[in-house]
Amino acid sequence: MKDSPELDAAAAFPGRNPGARRVLVIACGALAREVLALHLDGVDVTCLPASLHNRPERIPEAMRTKIRAHRAAYDEILCLYGDCGTGGALDRVLAEEGVARIAGAHCYAFFAGERAFAAMAEEEPGTFYLTDFLARHFEALVIRGLGLDRFPHLRDAYFGAYRRVVHLAQFDDPETTARARAAADRLGLAYERRFTGLDGLAAFLDASMRHARTKTSAA
Amino acid sequence: MADDGLDLRTLADGDLVGQMHDDLYDGLKEEVEEGVTILLERGWAPYDVLTQALVEGMRIVGIDFRDGILFVPEVLMSANAMKAGMAILRPLLAATGAPRMGKMVIGTVKGDIHDIGKNLVGMMMEGAGFEVVDLGVNNGVEKYLEAIETHQPEIVGMSALLTTTMPYMKVVIEAMKTKGIRNDHIVLVGGAPLNEAFAEAVGADAYCRDASAAVETARALLARRQGAAMARETA
Repeated sequence: MKDSPELDAAAAFPGRNPGARRVLVIACGALAREVLALHLDGVDVTCLPASLHNRPERIPEAMRTKIRAHRAAYDEILCLYGDCGTGGALDRVLAEEGVARIAGAHCYAFFAGERAFAAMAEEEPGTFYLTDFLARHFEALVIRGLGLDRFPHLRDAYFGAYRRVVHLAQFDDPETTARARAAADRLGLAYERRFTGLDGLAAFLDASMRHARTKTSAA
Repeated sequence: MADDGLDLRTLADGDLVGQMHDDLYDGLKEEVEEGVTILLERGWAPYDVLTQALVEGMRIVGIDFRDGILFVPEVLMSANAMKAGMAILRPLLAATGAPRMGKMVIGTVKGDIHDIGKNLVGMMMEGAGFEVVDLGVNNGVEKYLEAIETHQPEIVGMSALLTTTMPYMKVVIEAMKTKGIRNDHIVLVGGAPLNEAFAEAVGADAYCRDASAAVETARALLARRQGAAMARETA
């Protein structure tokens, strides 16, 4: 995946409010575009590489390293990750480091809303979810990530039990929608699009910022 | 004959078995099928072909998967090759009365349709001499209980890939307790987000990290259970 810098980059995006309480959001690289679209003043954003999506066992210690590297420079650090297949290991690291995480097992849940996501999973367990990021990077993360470029006949071993692709769309972007639809076609699955917007992310960050301000005024 | 011009029939038994390990590693289905056929023609017992050529080959694949040398696509290719060899051997194993280790009922839990790990475990358990009853995916508690009653397995295996579905394993184990049958069966659990602590928390007998570990754990727990039963009888 060396040809996909957006997947491997550990990016940093400084905020614009010097002198205020210093808040850092450590996010999955797959969420960088979405967090920046919220235009949160006074919040710095840094990302772990999105390619960790395929190596979840590496996420907890990568997160701990990132937290410790930035601890001294910030009053508050927030984590924008799901459990993401770490089996609770990420939450154990965050508890040890005193960092809050957005609720949800994965980004599908916090984009769609936990209740709505649970209803979708109940309605059809054989659902393969795409976010805008995954739709844009389907070739690198799914096709090459699962070796389907080299062994296309393994498609049914991976996806034989799936029935549909649900594209959880964060933005209204025809090009991303076309990519998601093409991904569903390639997997031989039905396609559905559900617009989520960024409300789930915004609600977590707003609440966390309010909490941080309360702590500041009480101090 | 292998694609590189190597004629498998010219190899002595030991070299052929070594070549079959390599072919399994490389996921070469036709070559593995040919190797199985040659060994059978040379008078090998089907059980010996299975254990020495196929299972040993997959054991090597399992080690390199665990160590991060091989990844899921390569393991699936190897599994396909082993499956092809097994298809030749299965009827012969039944006919020749190959040793049976025990019976396992295995399935992915309710709400979860991921079956790659479960299928690998089922295949390796079958290779190790277990009769495997595969319930498929998305199994509710009633499916497990029904299969346990019907097949009376020594081992019940549950698989989950999702953090949202893995707690369902506890539902099944609690239902087994309620029915008073929990201690009649060894319960093994597995899946990417699980670990030993989770297995203990839900009341399983063991967590199995991968397919090879599942076979080793099943053998060890079964031997312990049989040893305990024997000790009770002789006491």
